[in-house]
Amino acid sequence: MNSFEYARPTTLEQAIGLLSPTDGDAAALAGGTDLLSLMKDFLVEPKRLVSLMGIEQLGTISVGKDGLKIGATVTLDGLLQSGALNQWGAKWPALWHAAAGIKSPQLRAMGTVGGELLQRPRCWYFRRGHGLLAQDAKGGSLVEQGDHRYHAIFDNAGPAKFVHPSSLAPALIACDATAEIASPRGMRTVKVSELYRTPTKAGERETTLASDELLTAVTLPRPLPKSATYEVRPRQGLDWPLVAASVAFELDGGGKVTNARIVLGHVAPTPWIAADAKSLIGKGIDDAAIAAIAAAVAKAATPLKGNAYKVDLAQVAIRRAFAAALKGN
Amino acid sequence: MSQTDRPQDASSVSRRGFLRGMSASALAAGALAPAAQALAATVGANAGPGATTSAKAAATVFGPAPIAVNLTINGKTRELRLEPRVTLLDALRNHLDLTGAKKVCDRATCGACTVLLDGKAVYSCTVLAVEAQGKAIETVEGLAEANNGAAPIQKCFVANDAQQCGFCTPGFVMACESVRRRNPHANREQALAELGGNLCRCGTYHGVANAVLDAIHGTTGGK
Ligand SMILES: Cc1cc2nc3c(=O)[nH]c(=O)nc-3n(C[C@H](O)[C@H](O)[C@H](O)COP(=O)(O)OP(=O)(O)OC[C@H]3O[C@@H](n4cnc5c(N)ncnc54)[C@H](O)[C@@H]3O)c2cc1C
Ligand code: FES
Ligand code: FES
Repeated sequence: MNSFEYARPTTLEQAIGLLSPTDGDAAALAGGTDLLSLMKDFLVEPKRLVSLMGIEQLGTISVGKDGLKIGATVTLDGLLQSGALNQWGAKWPALWHAAAGIKSPQLRAMGTVGGELLQRPRCWYFRRGHGLLAQDAKGGSLVEQGDHRYHAIFDNAGPAKFVHPSSLAPALIACDATAEIASPRGMRTVKVSELYRTPTKAGERETTLASDELLTAVTLPRPLPKSATYEVRPRQGLDWPLVAASVAFELDGGGKVTNARIVLGHVAPTPWIAADAKSLIGKGIDDAAIAAIAAAVAKAATPLKGNAYKVDLAQVAIRRAFAAALKGN
Repeated sequence: MSQTDRPQDASSVSRRGFLRGMSASALAAGALAPAAQALAATVGANAGPGATTSAKAAATVFGPAPIAVNLTINGKTRELRLEPRVTLLDALRNHLDLTGAKKVCDRATCGACTVLLDGKAVYSCTVLAVEAQGKAIETVEGLAEANNGAAPIQKCFVANDAQQCGFCTPGFVMACESVRRRNPHANREQALAELGGNLCRCGTYHGVANAVLDAIHGTTGGK
């Protein structure tokens, strides 16, 4: 990798002051498990790295009236060991499943919540240096022409056909989490879903964060009573899921749905929020209703030539996530 | 390795070709791209050697030239001068001749470079050496030293025939050592779940699982 300047500030203010408004000049360094690999392949070439790991305030978890606030540099291991996501207490099982699904202890020890949410796509054309949109000289899609078995089955009509790699994002979105962002212009809060966008032009990134902004924390509001994540994985360790579904829903006293969210991972350039989830409201949740909603979500898919199998997997993931949530984690 | 600049003519070669050529590249390490000086100028920091303080942010900016890096490795403090871009793995292997941790993928995808950082297994290929300062770094060499030649977990690897070519073995040994310490009552399933970060091309997984269970429960040999 290229040489760079390095700083390890101890306050958020210092860190922000060291970033640059020009894209690509400087980068935030958290656990480094993705950033350093990107730099070794010259896919990003920052001239300065600003380590966030010396900023104490970013590394804390707190449970308050508004819910659970997780600092951006809390490691995946720290999150799972903290007890804050008590799986059996059925608080935020969707997030617990997603974090525990990252099976490598080495990645969980170094990887942070912020870095996990902002890791770059694993599309092999992107990782080979063909750009996020992977277009040939005439603007044709290398993905469409080539091997796209892991690529998008939703929101793929434009030039972006990669899938977003984050496991935590779908779970956080299903739990209606917000993200806190700091920059020289102050703090802002957005829904976690608003951290992501589908690029339409070369040079656009998959995140809405400006280059001088830092993610400082995510907050999970009062939990929905039932939630779960189900991942379909090709192997047990060291790989991303083929498809994942995070679901969260509330039932009234009569067992009718009052609120429901279904968010799919690894199917679109952003975490994919299934609008159909709303149609569950007012209904009871049984096997037939779950199968129907899974089929309705899948019906809207637009797979490429070689990845229609992911449409089936998406249905399986939705059904099993609901089943896990109903069973109580 | 981490101290390899982007080849200057990268735009004229295919990425595949230049990735292949990377390892053989003999480009001068430490050469700073002109654009880096431009950035340093815009934020008011000095890109030259040594540390400077960015006035606006009041935080010290180091490098890109070598800086003092103090690492605590196997209980001993080692003082080095390293460019900030040097990974912990390259610091161990190339600057300290501790070649137990292996470089295979260099991209956090195989586990051959596993060392312990404050007792937790990490991929040393994707940790910067400067970021490992102040933490206890344990390598496979330290494990052997502290146990007069071979630690219990290493004896269990031998007793359970847990290696073939041996290239993944030091990384697996460190991952197993971390499991043994962090979960001293692990059953087979729990131990295997904690070894999901290491790959073995020769397929020694069965032996490794037996070795770590042996180290935990003392079922055979290894004592
Ligand atoms: C073999 C392998 C398998 C994997 N499997 C999975 C998987 O199944 N699911 C999954 O979700 N992930 C998976 N990962 C990815 C892994 O989870 C990420 O690499 C890790 O979480 C990134 O966190 P980090 O702290 O190391 O980030 P870094 O590498 O330090 O940073 C990643 C990116 O985020 C930016 N960044 C980091 N923190 C902030 C912040 N607070 N504000 C602004 N920008 C920031 C950095 O500049 C960089 O661009 C896998 C990785 C590997 C190598
Ligand atoms: S060499 Fe570090 S994980 Fe492969
Ligand atoms: S023993 Fe050969 S790679 Fe594991």
